Amino acid sequence: MQQQVDTVMVEQRALSFTRRSIKTESKIQGLRLVLSMIDLTTLEGKDSDEKIRSLCRKAITPWEGEITPPLPSVAAVCVYPSLVIIAKRALEGSGVNVASVATGFPSGQFPLSVRIDDVKKAVEAGADEIDMVINRGAFLSGHYGEVAEEIKQVRIACGDAHLKIILETGELETLENVRAASDLVIEAAASAGPIADGEVFIKTSTGKVSPAATMPVTLVMLDAIQSYFDKTGVRIGMKPAGGIRTAKQSLHYLVMVKETLGTDWLTPTLFRFGASSLANDVLRQLVRQHTGRYPANYDFSEA
Amino acid sequence: MEIERTTNNPPEAWEYSAAPERFPVSIEETNKLFIDGKFVSPKSRKWFASTNPATDEKLADIATAGGADVNAAVLAAKKALPKWSKLAGSERAKYLYRIARRIQERAREFAVLETLDGGKPIKESRDVDIPLVAQHFFYCAGWADKLEYAFPGREVQPIGVCGQIIPWNFPLMMAAWKLAPAIACGNTCVLKPAETTSLTALRLAEVLQEVELPDGVINILTGAGDTGKHLAEHKMIHKLAFTGSTNVGKMLMRNSAGTGKRLTLELGGKSANIIFADAAIDQAIEGIVSGIYFNQGHVCCAGSRLFVEEPVLEEVIHKLTRRMKSLRIGDPMDKNTDVGAINSRSQLQTIEQYIKTGVAEGGQLHEANNQQLPSRGNWCNPCFFTDIQPSHTIAREEIFGPVLSVMTFRTPEEAISRANNSPYGLAAGVWTEKGSKVFEVAKRLEAGIIWCNSYNQFDAASPFGGFKESGFGREGGMQGLKPYVKLV
Repeated sequence: MQQQVDTVMVEQRALSFTRRSIKTESKIQGLRLVLSMIDLTTLEGKDSDEKIRSLCRKAITPWEGEITPPLPSVAAVCVYPSLVIIAKRALEGSGVNVASVATGFPSGQFPLSVRIDDVKKAVEAGADEIDMVINRGAFLSGHYGEVAEEIKQVRIACGDAHLKIILETGELETLENVRAASDLVIEAAASAGPIADGEVFIKTSTGKVSPAATMPVTLVMLDAIQSYFDKTGVRIGMKPAGGIRTAKQSLHYLVMVKETLGTDWLTPTLFRFGASSLANDVLRQLVRQHTGRYPANYDFSEA
Repeated sequence: MEIERTTNNPPEAWEYSAAPERFPVSIEETNKLFIDGKFVSPKSRKWFASTNPATDEKLADIATAGGADVNAAVLAAKKALPKWSKLAGSERAKYLYRIARRIQERAREFAVLETLDGGKPIKESRDVDIPLVAQHFFYCAGWADKLEYAFPGREVQPIGVCGQIIPWNFPLMMAAWKLAPAIACGNTCVLKPAETTSLTALRLAEVLQEVELPDGVINILTGAGDTGKHLAEHKMIHKLAFTGSTNVGKMLMRNSAGTGKRLTLELGGKSANIIFADAAIDQAIEGIVSGIYFNQGHVCCAGSRLFVEEPVLEEVIHKLTRRMKSLRIGDPMDKNTDVGAINSRSQLQTIEQYIKTGVAEGGQLHEANNQQLPSRGNWCNPCFFTDIQPSHTIAREEIFGPVLSVMTFRTPEEAISRANNSPYGLAAGVWTEKGSKVFEVAKRLEAGIIWCNSYNQFDAASPFGGFKESGFGREGGMQGLKPYVKLV
């Protein structure tokens, strides 16, 4: 039976997480955790090799200043398939993963063979993680089998690469759809073979559609992950992406994960932020906690 | 390219640091009665101590109003009545607006004081109680000059001097629910807060002085049951409004019979929260939690009887147990506390007695959240019982604490009859995603307030009150004006 979702109480609960007061030591700890969970992302038509290299450098050492203990690297750099090779080289030996969007990102409006090929090329080029988009047209028209089959094939094409499945919740519109899609894509990914913890993520958005990640949408997806864990013992990962720009917002998300899935999920292997400007705000806050004054925006590299 | 490699820190359990609300609030050592616009020492010469239920520390001495003090307050209200009741509605409204604005300006102070004195989490006094207090005064201010539109075709007159007795669970909010409609309609008041929670009402008296409300329009008398008795039995009271236990309510009704006093009673409850199998279960869990653990269960409309459709019982128990583990119990002044202290030692003893009875009668006690409770103060772990039948004591009597009875049903018919099988009829919750079922069930439930797919939602525009032994009369909304007007 399809899981029911009721918007009013989802919103009320989501709001309650934003009322938590995260200060002093827990703020510093939380922000360091956030930094380690960021998929530093650039997905623009004008992306250059130079920009990717710059981004990778930032990914490994987010801030050049002195801070003890040293700041963690971010989790991954997320780029288009054609730039995977540049990122791979720049990140070599750093422990930072290369994530690539694929499957005709962001619309997914391409023949399946093209989308599968897109995935294979990205993996061959060295992508550790693939961020795929689901076929929203098929989902919204009720062709769930088609959506599931495509996900299965993409997961097979991924090989050892981890898979993040983007629902594009802004196009699904309702929380019922978000829940149904979450359950559907998790099952579909599992149909391609057993899933190790953190090998499959569900992700809110491409960042190209508004609204992107919101707290209520993420909460519903966390509920789906919880249900799947209750049923199978497998931990699916979660990645809200798009619209999370401030350190404060990111802490709200950590609170939400802590109070729903629990601290087990508070690790980059199971929770990620897809963001481009978040990292600098987190850095600003961390440097402020360290030095006692706020640095200017221009004190941090943009990429 | 030489870049020093930094490793990701191993994940450690991320905990919240202490986040105490530090807003400084001064409390007078002795707190006098507020009569005729002035703070005066009690003629009774008696005082009692008010303590912080979270620490057992004494906060202040509070005056006990005796018979002579009650008489002085009623006379002051009577003296103020002619001028106040003849003041144009639009002028009365100005005072209500000013009170509302001043409460908003001093909101943090009121929230801290409410939490210190009553034990509820600062999160709730800050986000729920005090904003609703201000909203109530704003709302009633809007009615003050439009009363003839609330009662079309009737001439509206004030009743006169109102005696108002309120409980300790939402101290300032209950004061606002009583005072705002009364003075908006042109009445004058003598208010008695509960003895364990007098401080915010007295701070409200300061606000009344600040906004220059005419002397005697609102008088505030502190004290215990005896003070209430003097007030209720005073001959010059035209109307008595009481919120509290059903036993006291029955006594007031007996004593006021034949006196011509008007009476409204908002009494106890044992409200049913009904979860159908086709509900959004994850959200229903939130409704269960906010229904019974909000304000430590010191809520007259608490959803203390949970009825779950059998097929989803296991799922509900499993999820509720998990959800309860994330409740943070402890220092009410910590901004991250979800469940605070029990309001008084005697209330704690009552709750503990009910828990013992529940176990003795064969109920299965679930204390999902076994956090270390503070060693001082009044504390009770939120809990629920399974293996409970509707005939068990804890499923019938109002506990007024964080104790839930979980029961089951198989058909809507059974749900309705079990829910209605109670002397009370204050509130109910219905959880189903099927719209037709919501209406079918809700219209047959004997309860004054019915929430669908939510619980404990309050708004000044929405009337509140009960069926059966939960009382009569409505507070809030247009209907809440009626107990404070004479229609001719």
